[in-house]
Amino acid sequence: MAESKAEVPQVALRRFERLPTRKIVLVVLSVGIVLGVSLAAWKTLTLPAGERYSGAAWRDFVVLGVAQGAVYALIALGYSLVYGILQMINFAHGEVFMWGAFASYFFAAAYAESEFLDRNPIPALAILFATAIFVSVLVAVLLERIAYRPLRHAPRLVPLITALGASLFLRESAGRIFSAQTFHYPKPDLLDGTWKVLGIPMSRTSVIVLVVAIMAVALLTLFIRRTKTGKSMRAVAEDKEIASLMGIDVDRVIVTTFAVGGVLAGIAAVLFAITFEFVNFGMGFAPGIAAFTAAVLGGIGSIAGAALGGLVLGLLQSVGPPLLLTGINVPSPFQLKDVVTFTVLVLVLIFRPGGILGREEAEKV
Amino acid sequence: MKKHRWLVRIALLGAMALVAAACAEEEEGPAVAPGAVDCAAVEFGCVEVGAGEPIKIAAEQTLTTPDAPLGNDQVNGLKLAIDYLDGALDGVPGQLLGHDVELIEADETCSAEGGTAAATELAADPNLVSVFGTTCTSAALGTSDAILGAKGILLISGSNTNPNLTAEGVHNDFYLRTAHNDKIQGAIVAEYVYNELGARTAATINDESPYADALAAVFRSVFESLGGEITTFEAVQSTDTEFKPVLTSIAQGKPDVLYYPDFAQVCGLVTAQAREVAGLKDTILMGSDGCASADALELAGDALDGWYRSGPDTSAFKQGDFYQNEMLPAYLEQFGVEAPLSVFHAHIWDAFYIWKAALDQVAVQNDDGSLTIPRTALKDAVYATSGYQGLTGTITCTPLGDCATDVIIGIFLGPDWPEANPDATPVYSDVKSLQEVSEAYGI
Repeated sequence: MAESKAEVPQVALRRFERLPTRKIVLVVLSVGIVLGVSLAAWKTLTLPAGERYSGAAWRDFVVLGVAQGAVYALIALGYSLVYGILQMINFAHGEVFMWGAFASYFFAAAYAESEFLDRNPIPALAILFATAIFVSVLVAVLLERIAYRPLRHAPRLVPLITALGASLFLRESAGRIFSAQTFHYPKPDLLDGTWKVLGIPMSRTSVIVLVVAIMAVALLTLFIRRTKTGKSMRAVAEDKEIASLMGIDVDRVIVTTFAVGGVLAGIAAVLFAITFEFVNFGMGFAPGIAAFTAAVLGGIGSIAGAALGGLVLGLLQSVGPPLLLTGINVPSPFQLKDVVTFTVLVLVLIFRPGGILGREEAEKV
Repeated sequence: MKKHRWLVRIALLGAMALVAAACAEEEEGPAVAPGAVDCAAVEFGCVEVGAGEPIKIAAEQTLTTPDAPLGNDQVNGLKLAIDYLDGALDGVPGQLLGHDVELIEADETCSAEGGTAAATELAADPNLVSVFGTTCTSAALGTSDAILGAKGILLISGSNTNPNLTAEGVHNDFYLRTAHNDKIQGAIVAEYVYNELGARTAATINDESPYADALAAVFRSVFESLGGEITTFEAVQSTDTEFKPVLTSIAQGKPDVLYYPDFAQVCGLVTAQAREVAGLKDTILMGSDGCASADALELAGDALDGWYRSGPDTSAFKQGDFYQNEMLPAYLEQFGVEAPLSVFHAHIWDAFYIWKAALDQVAVQNDDGSLTIPRTALKDAVYATSGYQGLTGTITCTPLGDCATDVIIGIFLGPDWPEANPDATPVYSDVKSLQEVSEAYGI
C-alpha cells in the first residue's frame, strides 16, 4: 500500500515526460493560426456594406494573383529543377530571366517601330519568345559550364557564393552594356483591353500569361515523364552516382536541366515584359527572390511544388493583405504584403519543413 | 632568466612606442600658416591646393537605377557651371581662383546603402573640398550628411526635399540645400487639389523612401486641414512592379485624387496600371518631382496624357534671358539631348555659384601659387549667403540649411511636362515660403 502511493507521482512524471510535447505544441499552434486567420477573414468579409470590398474587387484580386503567380511559377521551376539535380540554389537564375527579356526587347522595339508587331502580332510574339528563350538558355548553359561545373565536388557553401557572384556579374555587365536606363517594352495592340473568360473579364495580357504558363508546365511535365531525357533527369535527381553507373551521362543531363530552366525563364521574361511593359538591368532581382521563395514554399526540388508555390505566392501577395488585414483595421494593408507572405512561408516551413509538397528527406545516418 | 627576457621585450616595445609617438608629432608639425588662418588650430582644418593642382569637388548623385536621370541631370548642371567659370558656355571648363576644377562623380544609387558607400569613399580623400549632392533624400538623411559632416566636408544638395534634413535637432551643420523643402510642395499641391480641382477625397501611395513618406504626409495633413478626407494611405516598395491589387483596393474608396509622390519606377508603373483599373477611371492621377525623369515617362508610355505632377516651376526663370538663350541651348548641345533630363540642373547650378561666392571670400591665395581653404570658414560663408539672385529665385540660407526662400511650385499636366517638352508650362503655379506654410498649417 505504502509502495503504490509513493509510486504514483513518479509514474505520473514519467508519463508526462513521454507525452509528445512537440506534437502538442504544433497542434495548439495550428489550431490557433487557423482560428486567427478565419476570424480575420470573416471580419473582412462581414464588414458593413460601404466598407466591404465588392465581388468584382475580390475577383480582380484573385485573377491578378493567379497571373502574377504564373510568372513566379515559371521562374521557380528553374530553381526547383536545378536544386533537384545539384542540391544547389542557382541564385543567378533571376539574371538569366533578365538577359532573355533584354534580348527580346531589341527585337520588340524594332518590330514596334516597323509596325510588324501590330500587323502580325502572333508571328512577332513567336519570334520574341524564341529570342528570349535562346538567350536565356545560352546564359544558363554558360553559367553551368563556367561557374558551376568546376565546383561540382566542392563543399556546399562554395557554389552558393559563386552563384551570388555570377548573379552580380550578370546584372552589372547588363547595366554597363545596356545602360542603366529603363526601356519601354512595346505590347501589341491585340493585347490591349479585356477578354471574357468564363464570364469573368480579364485583361488580355493576363489571359495570355495564364495560357502560356499552363502550356509550358504541361509540356514540361510531359517531357519529364514521357521522354528518355526526362527519365534520365529524374534518375540523376534521385541518385547521381547510381545513375552514372547505369550508363547515364550525368554531365549532359545537368546541362539539359539548366537549359530547360533557361527555356522557362525565357518564356517568363517575355510574359513579364508584356505585362509590365518595361525592361531594366535590375529587373531580375525581385522576381528572382520571389520565385525562389515560391519554390521553397511549394517544395524545392519538385515540379508540382514549384508550380503550386508560385500560384500560392501570387495569391498571397494579392489576396492576402486585403483578406487578412482589412477586417482587423490595419490602416494600409498592402504595406504589409511582404509581412503576410513571409509569415505564411515561415508557418508552412514550421509544419512542413520541405515545403507544401516537399518530400521530407530522411536523414542519411 | 625568463623574467629577464620578458622585461627586456617590454622595455624595447615601450621605447619603440615612444620613438614612434615622437616621430609622428614631428611629421604633423606646426602647419604652414599662410595669411590669417592657422589650420592646425581651426576645427576640421584646411584643404591645401598646391600650385597647378585642381580644386577637387565631387558630385554624389544617382547615376544608375531608374532615377538616374535625376542625378545625371545634376552632374550635367555642374559641368555647365564649371564651364561658365570663364564667363562663356563654350564647352571649355573655366578656372576658379587660378586653379582648374576637378569633378569626381560618385553613385549613391538613391538608397541609404549607396549613400553610405559613396560618402565613405569621398570622405576618405583629404583634398576634397566639397560635395554636391545627394539626389535622393534616402542617400543623405542620416548617412551622407553625417559621414561628410564628421570630416567638415560641405554637402550641398540641389534635389533633396525631405523636411527632416533641415529640421531642428536632425540637421547636420555641414548640410545645405538649394532645393525646396517639401513642406512647401505638399502644401501647394493640397491647396491646388482642394481649391482648384475641387477634390474632397484623396488617397496617397508612398514608396517608403523618406522623400515620398514625408511629402505624402505633408499632403495628407494639409488636405485634411482644408477639410478634405483621406480615403486610404498606402505604401509599396520601390522595387515592386505589380500595383493593380493595391490600386483595386484604393478604387474601393472612390477617391477624387490619387497622389503618389514617388520615384520613377513606382510612379510610371502606377500611372500605366491605374489606367487599366476600372474603379479609378474618374480619379485624377498626380505624381511629384520624383517622377520628373525620362525613365518614369518610359514606364508610363501613353498614360502620360492627363497625368499631373507637381514640382519646381522653372518656367518662371526659364523665361529669364540667360537660361533660355544661353544655358538651355548649351545643355542640349553639350549633352546631345532633346530635353533636359530633369529639372534640378538649375538648382545645382545655384548651389555651385553660392559655394563659389563663399570660396572667393574665404580662400587664401599663398605666394607660392597654392590655395588654402579653411573648412569651417567656408561653411560659415555659405550659410551667410543672403539675397543672392540665383536661377531658381532669391537665395538666402537659413541657419538650418534651407537656402531656397521663396519656392515656386508648379503643377504640370501631361503630355506637357518639362521632361517631354522643354517649353512646357505648368497649368498652375504658386509661390510660398517655409514661414508662410508653417504659420498657415502649423507644420
